[in-house]
This record gives sequence, structure tokens and C-alpha cells, in this order.
Amino acid sequence: MRRAFVPLLAIATAMFVYAPILIANAPYESTMGLVQKIFYFHVPSWFAMFTAVFVCGVESAIFLFRKKPSADRIAAAAGEVAVLFGLMGLVTGPLWGRKSWGVWWPWDARVTIALLVELTFVGYLLVRKFGGPGADKLAAAMAIFGMFNVPFLYVSVDIWRTIHPKTTVVPTLPGGMPGPFWFSVAAFLLLCGLLMTARAHLEHQRAALDALYLEEE
Amino acid sequence: MITRLCLVLFGALFSLLLSAGPALAQPPQQNEFVPINTLPPSDQLPSAPLLVAAYAFVWLATMFYLWTIWRRLGKVEAEIHALERRGGAGLHR
Amino acid sequence: MTMFGRVAFLVLRKDATIEIKSLEILSTTLFFALSCVLVFAFAFVKEGSIVADASAGILWIAIAFAGTLALGRTFERERYAETVRALLLAPAPRAAIYVGKLLGIVLLLISAEVMLVPLVALLFSASLFARPLLLAGLLVAGTVGFAAVGTLFAAMLVRSRTRDIMLPILLYPITVPVIIAGVRGTAALLSSPPDEAIAGMWIGLLLCFDVVFVTLALWTFEPLMTE
Repeated sequence: MRRAFVPLLAIATAMFVYAPILIANAPYESTMGLVQKIFYFHVPSWFAMFTAVFVCGVESAIFLFRKKPSADRIAAAAGEVAVLFGLMGLVTGPLWGRKSWGVWWPWDARVTIALLVELTFVGYLLVRKFGGPGADKLAAAMAIFGMFNVPFLYVSVDIWRTIHPKTTVVPTLPGGMPGPFWFSVAAFLLLCGLLMTARAHLEHQRAALDALYLEEE
Repeated sequence: MITRLCLVLFGALFSLLLSAGPALAQPPQQNEFVPINTLPPSDQLPSAPLLVAAYAFVWLATMFYLWTIWRRLGKVEAEIHALERRGGAGLHR
Repeated sequence: MTMFGRVAFLVLRKDATIEIKSLEILSTTLFFALSCVLVFAFAFVKEGSIVADASAGILWIAIAFAGTLALGRTFERERYAETVRALLLAPAPRAAIYVGKLLGIVLLLISAEVMLVPLVALLFSASLFARPLLLAGLLVAGTVGFAAVGTLFAAMLVRSRTRDIMLPILLYPITVPVIIAGVRGTAALLSSPPDEAIAGMWIGLLLCFDVVFVTLALWTFEPLMTE
């Protein structure tokens, strides 16, 4: 993985440079026009965020039950990356919504619970940093509970009729839209994986540093 | 014990889906939010700045995050090298 | 009764005995909830009457805030008397201790709600008792969900220095689905005529939340309380 990192980073960068070209060539959506093109970055960033949330939750569970320190390091990395991609989603969403719905924040179910999942993982990072001794286990529990909250997000948007596009939008994309969309999804997921790897490497080096300090004593 | 708990969890999720079923069949009428189909012409915002801002944010956030990782990694590795130099023969990797 | 049930009942009985003697947590929690209700009422009153449906929101916010305090106080009592280690050293399944504590907190919160709900109905002329069974279902299901997550986190934070601020940070994002379901369900019951279908649907969602999160809490209690 280490040697593959730089080439993969180059590939990801290339994908992100090429994506706007693909997106510009995609057909316009009938009612929303140009601003709908935010969709090609907005939805993939949420896909990446949920991937990171899932990784964080699973690794936290492994850490809690198998007591593997490497799982804790990956969970820490995934938590930060989840907050990053969530922030991207929460910024691109209102930019799109301001134009197409007229309001920056519509307070509907999906948007609200997306914010909550983001807040849960910001809380996760706060607990890791300020929780004192035993904070890693506390944070692990928080990540697991946060991960299990996510299905309620999907149920909420189908039960509660809102102005947010429903989950049926992606499978039924018209015309030339699926191509750029899935390309963007691939680019975001690749980026997500690379960022998690880089961040986990930082955690690994920090653990190595701690081990060196302990040896010194 | 774990298997039982997993079964309970599965049952809960299944019942969640079941409860969503009848709700989907007859969506209860909640009228807090009505879709805005067209904005009045006076409220038309130019799309391009919003689009550019969205893409720019994604790029900048990614690059900023990579930079913070690189900076933190640099500090940690500098400390590791300092420790190894100080420890000298006594430390083994 | 199985060992599990006996242990849970003993823990519950211990907490209930202490609480009934002093009524310390119940009275302070209730008073705090009432203060919350009044503060929010001043924010939402317009021309002498409350904004529609605000009473549902105010009720659940008061329950959430008071519940957080009650959780903090209950475990503070354990920490002060240094009984946490005793509980953990007892030759009893850890999950049973969790269930006993959970039942204690649920009973405490429901006792507070029994007094809070009529007060809110009176102050805001809210027809909360139009469908008392559905309202009771909402409150019980919501309280169990909130307490399930809260008991676990409060127990974990007992030995932490930063427990006072960490409990809300951990608790609120995860239990807001409970608050949403509770408020929407109560608001449905406040409409005229009371919308039973929607209230029933939100109760169903709350029950699913309860099952999922109590199961999760039982599963993770053991590794979390082991140091």
C-alpha cells in the first residue's frame, strides 16, 4: 500500500481534474439548470462520508471487542475523514439549495439528520482529544452508536415527505448523467481511501513515537 | 448470547422496514414542506458563483486536510529522529 | 427468576430505595424541567397564547435536558459513594447491572413526566390528553430510548474528568431521532382531530430505535466498563 500511495494519489488528482470536464458535458437537468451540477460533487461526498463512517464504526467495534490497537488507529483516521467529507456535503448542499429551494437550510429530515451524523463524529473527535484517560473506548462506543443511527436517516426521508430528492433519484438518472456521476463517485471513494491511509499512517507514527518514549524510560 | 443479540437486532431492522412499508403505501399527508417548483423571477440568483464556490470548497478542503496531515507527520517524524539520535546505541528499532 | 433478572431487580431496588428516601433527584429534576418549560414559554408566547405545536417541542426539550441532569446526578451519587467498583466487582453479569440502572432511570424520568405533562397541558391549553394511551406510548418509548443511550454513556463517563460537558456532547446527537419522533408524534396528537396514524407510526419508529440501541448498549457495556 505504501508504494502504491503516490501513484494512486496522482490518479485521484487526475480524476478530479478530469471530472469537471465530464460534468460540463453532461446534460442539463430540466428544472434546476446549471446549479444542479453541484449534484456531481454533493452526492459522492456523502457516499465517501458514509463509507468513512462505516469504516470508523466497524474498526471501533473491532477495537472494543478484540482490543487491537491498529483498529483504533484506523478508526481515528476514518473519523476525521468522515468529518471532512461531511463538511463538504454540508457546504455544497446549501449552496445548491439556496438556488433551487430559495433557502439556505430547509430543516427537513434528511438534511437535519445528516447534520446530526456530522455532529456525532465531530463529538467523536472532541472525545478523542479531550476525554481524558479511557477516551479511546468512549469514542469507540460513540462511533458504533453513530454508525447505527445512519439507517434511521434513510428511513426518515422515505417516511417523512420533504422537498429533499428521495433515494430513488440515483438509480433513475436520465441520459448522459450516470457516466459523470459514477466517475465522480469513484474519484471521491479513491480520495477517501487515500486520505484515511495517510491519516492512519500519522497515527501509526505517533504510536511508534510513544513506544520510543516508553523505551527510553 | 451474541447470536441472540444479533437476531434481535436483525428482527428490529426487519420490523423497521415492515413498518416503513405501510407508511410508504399511504404516505401520510404532512404539509410542512411543499416543493418549490419555480422561483419568482425577482428571486433568480446567478448559478455560476454557487457552482464555482461548491467545487472550490471541495478542492480547498481536500488540499488543506492533506497539508495538515503532512505538517503533523513532519513534526512527529522530527521527534522520532531526535529521540533516535539521543538514544543512540541503547535503542533498537 | 434467572440470575440476570435477579441482579437487575436488585440494582433497581437499591436505586429506588435510596431515591424514595430522599426524593433528591426526582424533585430537583422536576423543578429543573419546570424552569425549562417556563423559559421556553417566554420565548414562544405570542399575544397571550403559545405558538401552535410549540408545546410539544417544549415538553420534549424539557424531558431531554432534565433527563441529562438526572443521568449525571444518578451516576455522581455512585461515584461519590465509590460504589462503582463494588458494582463492577460483583459476581454478576455486567449487562444485568446496566439493565437495573436503565430501569431505575426510566422509572425516575417517567415519574417526572407524570407530573410534567399535566402541567404543560394546563399552562399551554394543549389537548395532550385527547389520546392518553398514544401519548403514554410515545413518552414511554421515547424515555426508554433516551435512557438506554444515556445510561451507557453516563456509566462510561463516571471516571472521566470532563464528564459534565462530555455527556451532552455524546448524548444529544445520538438521541435527537428520539426527540424528533417524540415531538412529531406529540404534535400529531395535538392537532384537531388528533392524527392517530402518524402518532402510531412515530411510536413504531421509537420502538425500533429502543430495540436497536438497548441491544447495542447491552453488547458494548461489558468491554466498555472493563478497564
